[in-house]
Amino acid sequence: MSRTWKKRFYKIGLSLSILLLGLLFISPLLWMIIASVKPETLIFKDMGIQSFLPKQATFDNYLAILFTDSVNFLKYMWNSLFSVGMIVLLGTVVNSLCAYALVKLKFPGSGFILVVIIALYVVPFESVLIPLYVVVNSFGWINEFPSLIVPFIAEAFSIFLFIQFFKGIPNELEEAAQIDGANPLQVFWKIVVPNSKPVFATAAILSFVTHWSDFMWPLIVATDDSIRTVQVGIQYLFTDNNIEYGQIMAALTLTTIPVVLIFIFFQRYYVQGITSSGVKG
Amino acid sequence: MEWLLNKIQGEKTFRLSFTYQQQKKWLGLFFSLPALVLLFTFLILPVGLAFVYSFMEYNMLNPAGKTFTGLSNYARLFQDAIFFTALKNTLYFSVLVVPLQCAVALGLAILVNKKVKTAVIGRVFFFSPVVTSMVVVAILWTFLYNVDSGLINSGLNFFGIPDQPFLLSEGQAMNSIIFMSVWQGAGFQMMIFLAGLKDVPETLYEAADIDGANAWQKFMNVTLPSLKNVTGFVLMITTIQAFRLFIQPYVMTNGGPSDSTKTLVFMLYENGFQFRDVGYSSAIAVVFFLVVLTVSLILKKVLNQ
Repeated sequence: MSRTWKKRFYKIGLSLSILLLGLLFISPLLWMIIASVKPETLIFKDMGIQSFLPKQATFDNYLAILFTDSVNFLKYMWNSLFSVGMIVLLGTVVNSLCAYALVKLKFPGSGFILVVIIALYVVPFESVLIPLYVVVNSFGWINEFPSLIVPFIAEAFSIFLFIQFFKGIPNELEEAAQIDGANPLQVFWKIVVPNSKPVFATAAILSFVTHWSDFMWPLIVATDDSIRTVQVGIQYLFTDNNIEYGQIMAALTLTTIPVVLIFIFFQRYYVQGITSSGVKG
Repeated sequence: MEWLLNKIQGEKTFRLSFTYQQQKKWLGLFFSLPALVLLFTFLILPVGLAFVYSFMEYNMLNPAGKTFTGLSNYARLFQDAIFFTALKNTLYFSVLVVPLQCAVALGLAILVNKKVKTAVIGRVFFFSPVVTSMVVVAILWTFLYNVDSGLINSGLNFFGIPDQPFLLSEGQAMNSIIFMSVWQGAGFQMMIFLAGLKDVPETLYEAADIDGANAWQKFMNVTLPSLKNVTGFVLMITTIQAFRLFIQPYVMTNGGPSDSTKTLVFMLYENGFQFRDVGYSSAIAVVFFLVVLTVSLILKKVLNQ
């Protein structure tokens, strides 16, 4: 057999193994999505390869989970979107301003603050969980939206990310604006921000994805149904004796959609966020 | 004339930049203030409080009875059999999950780094469990692991293997969680490895080809050494992540059966928010922090050699 044929076979074999392994990898998620469009009676009746074939596709499970009055799934989704949206919005403003101040507007003590911020990065969230609860409780925020938002606006890693990027912006750019009579806030808004879109996108997406899947903190501060987030809320869909598996699968699928959308539309920044989180060690 | 112009221009810049310098000082502090206040209130203060509370008898149900009791919480912790079970379970999970997940991630990264048409699909497929949150995945796999109606047992039956108890058995529960966690997380590290692989110079492989190296030799002598830093970083984040194990046992097993999936963080949660014992829970938090810190320092030292 000639060399080119050998190479061709190798390539075909490789392509097929990646595809097969990939399909095996996503089969649990595939099953979740397919079960969500199946009538309840068929979900566990179909076994083996049958369980991946939706012979009678129906959106009843989705309609039930979204529009049944006794199910608060939409409310949970909204609570999550709102609180995570606020974290992202306020967080990018607060963290980028802080990073800009530390890098470009060196003031007395800024070097020390920088060291402290980097050091804070090693603290695992779980070890401050209880005292944080005590602090938030003393503000009267338990079961109020600020408890889900305010503690997560300032984030050491996000500041760090912005610092890394801002360092690369040449000072000449800012100096030119200064000579034109711009004050530091104008310089930040008109020079730094427009030149730093990638890092804003990366920080925002990383923050969204992280906090969208937050579980432990909402579990303890948002115990009331009215502010319960979706990650905690989906637990409450199957505590009843009568479990509707199709509806649960529909809820699980819907819970995943926001991050899937981000992955589809902002893949580059999402992946950049992951790889840049590599710098943090 | 030119001299005069230069002088005026010079003075103008000087004056402006002088005021700008002054503005910078104040505005610098002003700009960083929101972040600093928030970090202090919600991170630095709680870190301090965790230490303080760990030396106190403090129950949320009886906040008036707060008293300093010295090391009593720590003494209680080191006599608590559940603590050692939780520590053992956490270590067991980490020791298995870290090498497994990193190896799978590296294997997948090498696979999807090949120049074939399905590589992009592979990347998306292998990454998709990462996009799905841990809670969603944990609920889903609780059904998949179900003894009577779970897909995994029906798959095993197909190959003639009898039903396995998985989450219901003391011996299999943690391993089931490990298997699922590797599946969920490997795509994340795959992306980091992939970025590292892109930086390996093609010329190194060409040189190895000329030397007649086979695929395994190329992996051992080119790929692995080139990925040294990336691997160190990946090992570090995966280890820290592993020590924080909570969602999987909380959702899937509630720490059981007979504490076989109870972890340090699970114990911290249980004491803090079910028994409302702030003091004892804070002592666990401090010990947890020290364990994570020690492990990452050791890892850093080993990796730097």
